[in-house]
Amino acid sequence: MTDPVLQLEDLTVRFHLKRGQLTAIDGVTFTVHRGETFGLVGESGSGKTATARSVMRLIPIPPGEVVRGRILFEGANILEYSDQQMRELRGKKIAMVFQEPMSALNPVFTVGKQIADALRTNLAMSKKEAKARVIELLQLVGIPAPASRYDNYVHEFSGGMRQRVMLAMALSCNPTFLIADEPTTALDVTIQATILELIRSMIERFHMSLIFITHNLGVVAHTCDTIGVMYASHLVELGPKNELFAHPLHPYTVGLLNSIPRLDTKTKYLTPITGSVCNMLQPPRGCKFHPRCAHAIDICTQEIPRLKEVAPGHFVACHLHT
Amino acid sequence: MSDYFLEIKNLTKYFPLNNDVLSRLTGKTRLLKAVDDISFFIKPGETLGLVGESGCGKSTTARLITRLIEPSSGTMLLKGEDLLALPPSRMLEMRKTIQLVFQDPYSSLNPRKTVMQILSRPLEVHNLAHGWTAKRRQVLHLLHLVGMGVEHADRYPHEFSGGQRQRLAIARALAVKPQLVIGDEPVSALDVSIQAQILNLFRELQEELNLTYLFIAHDLSVIRHISDRVAVMYVGKIVEMGTVQEIFLHPQHPYTQALLAAVPEADPRKPPPRLTLHGELATPIDPPPGCRLYGRCPLATEICGQVSPPLSDRGGAHYVACHNV
Repeated sequence: MTDPVLQLEDLTVRFHLKRGQLTAIDGVTFTVHRGETFGLVGESGSGKTATARSVMRLIPIPPGEVVRGRILFEGANILEYSDQQMRELRGKKIAMVFQEPMSALNPVFTVGKQIADALRTNLAMSKKEAKARVIELLQLVGIPAPASRYDNYVHEFSGGMRQRVMLAMALSCNPTFLIADEPTTALDVTIQATILELIRSMIERFHMSLIFITHNLGVVAHTCDTIGVMYASHLVELGPKNELFAHPLHPYTVGLLNSIPRLDTKTKYLTPITGSVCNMLQPPRGCKFHPRCAHAIDICTQEIPRLKEVAPGHFVACHLHT
Repeated sequence: MSDYFLEIKNLTKYFPLNNDVLSRLTGKTRLLKAVDDISFFIKPGETLGLVGESGCGKSTTARLITRLIEPSSGTMLLKGEDLLALPPSRMLEMRKTIQLVFQDPYSSLNPRKTVMQILSRPLEVHNLAHGWTAKRRQVLHLLHLVGMGVEHADRYPHEFSGGQRQRLAIARALAVKPQLVIGDEPVSALDVSIQAQILNLFRELQEELNLTYLFIAHDLSVIRHISDRVAVMYVGKIVEMGTVQEIFLHPQHPYTQALLAAVPEADPRKPPPRLTLHGELATPIDPPPGCRLYGRCPLATEICGQVSPPLSDRGGAHYVACHNV
């Protein structure tokens, strides 16, 4: 196992809203090693996007509040970094690719200018140097005729092409760590396959570590080394990919895997997870999954289960597995 | 009399583009061929899955069938009756027979009306219930059908989750006792675990109420699960159509094969998603003659660039539009 690049320790983030307090991330702990692809899986409200934004320190404080925990990047606790130190980090060491390229890219500037700006700000390049580098990057991410597309606006690109532009921007300053938040969710399946292949080749070529956030279990099955499953602000299961798919332990993980329609087998009815996610402003006592869990026992309604290692590298937060 | 519940023949929808730069410069109107000469049928009680990627024309097809937009040409027969020849007096009745469930549960329900008001509206429009008591009884019955209850009747849409709203959208569609329900990506915006609940609901309702479905989706696993037969669309054309087993186990068209190869399966032991087609989607605007896949297809020959292949039966009602398979 290579050395750790990013370590989240007991990260807990709360939002103070008019309608109440919402703990979006609760006691989340995991490590990403150099060269590793870590998949963070969860559905709406699980806290996976909040976790990614916390790493980039993009959570507005207030109304957000880091209640406790540390985020160690290359050994240093970045929660204690000044704004200046974070600016040094963002783009240059850690870069992020967002879900909706149309919302993440600036519609009033050309694509070329946006990426060039990032280069000139972070690497103090001249205008000419930056332009040359941008064209190189657009070529790298597979945009045909890159020199002519430099002056195009975001709306002149298709969805898949916009995602490539985002990737180009993310890679522009040679980061060693990439966070991709649902990068292919809005894309068609054939375009998705292309972007996933592109990300994979970039990771390999530049020896990068990656956190891949998605709700699509099919995508994590083929892109990630380690998978963390989040549910209602908690990390409920964590383990190597093959182990997690072969022996899922947390009832939510099991439920999720059972509820997806398969391409190869046909059953009349799927086995969904009953009910829906709890109200995060007034969560139930104890394990937040217990109202939907077929195996809930007394203690589940009282105590929040802690993440425990039950097999080498395989952790689960469930009272049934202690 | 036709055996088919719905029969579509040579359906076409062209959108003229005369306000964009290129048209203004050349003075020529360009045509966006959203749906280009498609033919298919749906048997009573069956589910036809319509699958394809963005811009293939599947949503436009749904709107054409319900006459939310009018076709440029073609025939649409509902139980043998010509939908396009219906006099205005029969149109209202047609709208009871065919109902639509949309993709976005957050925009398809009026945020300023309660559930009771939303579900009563179709009853009022079609004169199906008179007086509050009768409407209330129907609304509660509809809520029960979709797994919801009386406690939901007087709430507003924003008080519900995506899955619950989709249930309400389905309840609304069922209010008029339709025979054909068209789902236009009805589960695409839902979380995976909720998707399963709604798909099961569609199944149960089909059995209970003897419904026929046209189910539109881009997710192949969902299509596989819900459909009896499948039609694959690509840039306005149907490229392959057959039973769900035939399409998924023995796909013949290169595009169908590419779609299936690109799907990542939730099992790391299965092969990873592969790209078998390179290049970009063909444009539906003033497309060149010949097959839409020409330029990307590994099997392409000269004729493919000149003549659009017809959809032909290769045996067992497995239709393929390709010169080379």
